[in-house]
Amino acid sequence: MRELNIKIFCLLLAITSLGLMYAKVKTLGLPLVPNQTSSIWAVEARVEFDGLGRSARVNLDIPDKLGNFLKLDEFFVSRSYGLNVTNRHKDRHAEWSIRKAKGKQRLYYRIEVVPEDVSNENIFKKSKAPATAVKPEYEEPLASAIEDTLKKVRSESADIFTFVGQLLVQLNEPSPNNNVLVIQKGLTPGTEQWVKRIIYVLKGARISSRLINGISLDEGVTDAKLIPWLEVHNGQTWEGFDPLSGNKGYPANFMRWSVGEEPILNIEGGKNEHIRFSLTQRPYSEADISQERAKSKQSFLHSWSLYKLPLASQNVYIILLMIPLGAFVVVFMRTIVGVPCFGTFMPILISLAFRETELLWGIILFSLITGSGLAFRFLLERLNLLLVPRLSAVLVMVIILMLAISLLSHDLDIDRGISIALFPIVILTMVIERLSITWEETGAFEAIKEAVGSLFIAIIGYFVMTNNQLEHLMFNFPELLLLILALFLTAGRYTGYRVTELMRFKDLANETK
Amino acid sequence: MNILERIHKLRDAGVVGINARNRNYVMPHNPRKMYRFVDDKVYTKHLAEKANIAVPKLYGLIKTVHESNSINEIIQDKKDFVIKPAHGSGGKGILVINDRRKELFLKPNNTAINAISVKHHVENILGGVYSLGGQVDQAIIEYRVKFDPIFNEISYQGVPDIRVLIYKGIPAMAMLRLPTQQSDGKANLHQGAVGVGIHLTTGITTYAVCKDRRISEHPDFGSVLGNVQIPGWQDLLLLSARCYELAPLGYLGVDIVLDAELGPLVLELNARPGLAIQIANGAGLKHRLDAIDKIDALPASFEDRISIIKSIAEH
Repeated sequence: MRELNIKIFCLLLAITSLGLMYAKVKTLGLPLVPNQTSSIWAVEARVEFDGLGRSARVNLDIPDKLGNFLKLDEFFVSRSYGLNVTNRHKDRHAEWSIRKAKGKQRLYYRIEVVPEDVSNENIFKKSKAPATAVKPEYEEPLASAIEDTLKKVRSESADIFTFVGQLLVQLNEPSPNNNVLVIQKGLTPGTEQWVKRIIYVLKGARISSRLINGISLDEGVTDAKLIPWLEVHNGQTWEGFDPLSGNKGYPANFMRWSVGEEPILNIEGGKNEHIRFSLTQRPYSEADISQERAKSKQSFLHSWSLYKLPLASQNVYIILLMIPLGAFVVVFMRTIVGVPCFGTFMPILISLAFRETELLWGIILFSLITGSGLAFRFLLERLNLLLVPRLSAVLVMVIILMLAISLLSHDLDIDRGISIALFPIVILTMVIERLSITWEETGAFEAIKEAVGSLFIAIIGYFVMTNNQLEHLMFNFPELLLLILALFLTAGRYTGYRVTELMRFKDLANETK
Repeated sequence: MNILERIHKLRDAGVVGINARNRNYVMPHNPRKMYRFVDDKVYTKHLAEKANIAVPKLYGLIKTVHESNSINEIIQDKKDFVIKPAHGSGGKGILVINDRRKELFLKPNNTAINAISVKHHVENILGGVYSLGGQVDQAIIEYRVKFDPIFNEISYQGVPDIRVLIYKGIPAMAMLRLPTQQSDGKANLHQGAVGVGIHLTTGITTYAVCKDRRISEHPDFGSVLGNVQIPGWQDLLLLSARCYELAPLGYLGVDIVLDAELGPLVLELNARPGLAIQIANGAGLKHRLDAIDKIDALPASFEDRISIIKSIAEH
């Protein structure tokens, strides 16, 4: 029963860990591989106008709901202008104002976005449904043309969206009938005026619709134009319609910019106003993007992110989170393989020390210092000293040795030797003490076997603990700790043979038939 | 032979590995708090004497440095004795005195030391020179075992002893441990001592092992190790089984020495006995331990328990 409980518990831990990880990859787009970049778009709106020498007020519609893009950041560049960002008419506006504007004025708004798959329902989740449209008093001959067209379309459609689709097909017929000609009169299909006319017609069927402007963020495009588009509300949600073809949806890579029929730029106290949109694309680390994503989504997963911590603690955790992996190496090497080693975590401590010195130097220093430390310890042995003073004497000896190595390597211009100062003294002293105790207890052979075993595990631990990929995974997905915990609990139940025991019991196995 | 095949063979033979020993036998049957029964040799000896289990007689115990003068009273009337640390391990700090000549004490190698040296040795023990943690220790002065001459031909100096593995109070496996030159006179298999399997019901030696490899002759003397009858085997089994009452550890190693005059004496108890005993006996432990597990009620009398062994030894 207890065994079953452990199994279930381990399974739960593993599922929780992998589930959280999966959720983070899926919703936040956290990359599984380090240093992955994807490109982000920077869309810049440049507003230019000539000041009239008096106070000026610039009102620019800025994006609110982006559609299939996610806002990472936005910037306002406007020297000596006061800035006010407001939400008016459910729409976002940047309001720049200045006491006195003279000559050419330039204002910038920049938004950085990444592509993001969002369903329509989610984009408009928080927006209120519009009031039902009021049927306008059309004038003849428009009135009968609209009546007839609507009537015809109504008979051919099932719901609001198919109705709109059908209507747009009718209105864009290459060989239009008379009614359509009346409606089209004086308009070029595809322009903003054209969309406004469609909205006007749709009001006749009491359908709420609106004009939106957006930009297509296409690869290689640097100069962008606002594309007018139609959005229709079916009582539940908004849906985009191509005002030319009547197809449902938005253009490819479409970023919604503004909503409503009013011009997106309004200037008081200026003339010759002009707005230009430019696009740039640049690489950005995916891990950073996902952080922004988490922030903008206010995801609970974000609260479980180490990127929130100050940089200094982040650096500590990068190391700390790798220690369980080192422990995993020890667990594997000891209980499954059966490599002899000192203590439980001594090899991890040695690996950590190697992190500071780099491997080759680490091994050389380790062997050199433990070797001579051990020799010194055996000299002390003859004096029959008590444990604590004896250990302390070894400690002093280790420091003297390190000092000598540092000074010597400095004279020889080997920089590496100096980093030995960071080499944890305590670890070395403890290694020497453990080594000599084992030496006394079970003999030189056993002690050297354990020393070599510890070094072997430490080297593997070093490679595991400095692995970039693993470091990335542990830091971005600390929930993997639960998986490691489950692995430890499972390993704790392992009662099979160790690999070294297969060698040990070789003769016994050979005798069995 | 490939790995899987070997794993299968070992499993069929019921060979217990270290992981299985720790998790299936030591952890469930040897609660941590019971370890004090075996770790402290003085305590073990007191319990044994109370339970009337034969141990080398304790002549005296010295606990503190200012008691160390009492060594003279303790050994006053003793011609031979042993001084050892209560928490020592690996045979360190054991001083054996074979005889006395006037004011001098004779060691086994026939060198003589004076009373001051003996007292100094006691003080070293008390100071923790021989104890592993370096903590303050106690000095035990006890009876010197006169080894049964039976082992003279197959043992290199030191202390040959018999290790009996007691599972839930029933002897499950036994071996004779013989010091070698390599083991420096110590009966520890890790250090190169020879282990000789003993047939559980007859007390006749079977196979032998040294450094985990099968051998048939003593590495120092070349003497044949098999087919030696251990004298008083039934008494020895009985004595070892009774140690379960002493220290209620389900998985217990009992080390017994054979004294020429007093017969078997319990020298030491071990809470995590090693696994080389399986190689020495050419058999795995698991089948025997499983058989003991199947017995519903442990017979109250030790004699009955011993009779169970017969059926177990067949596994």
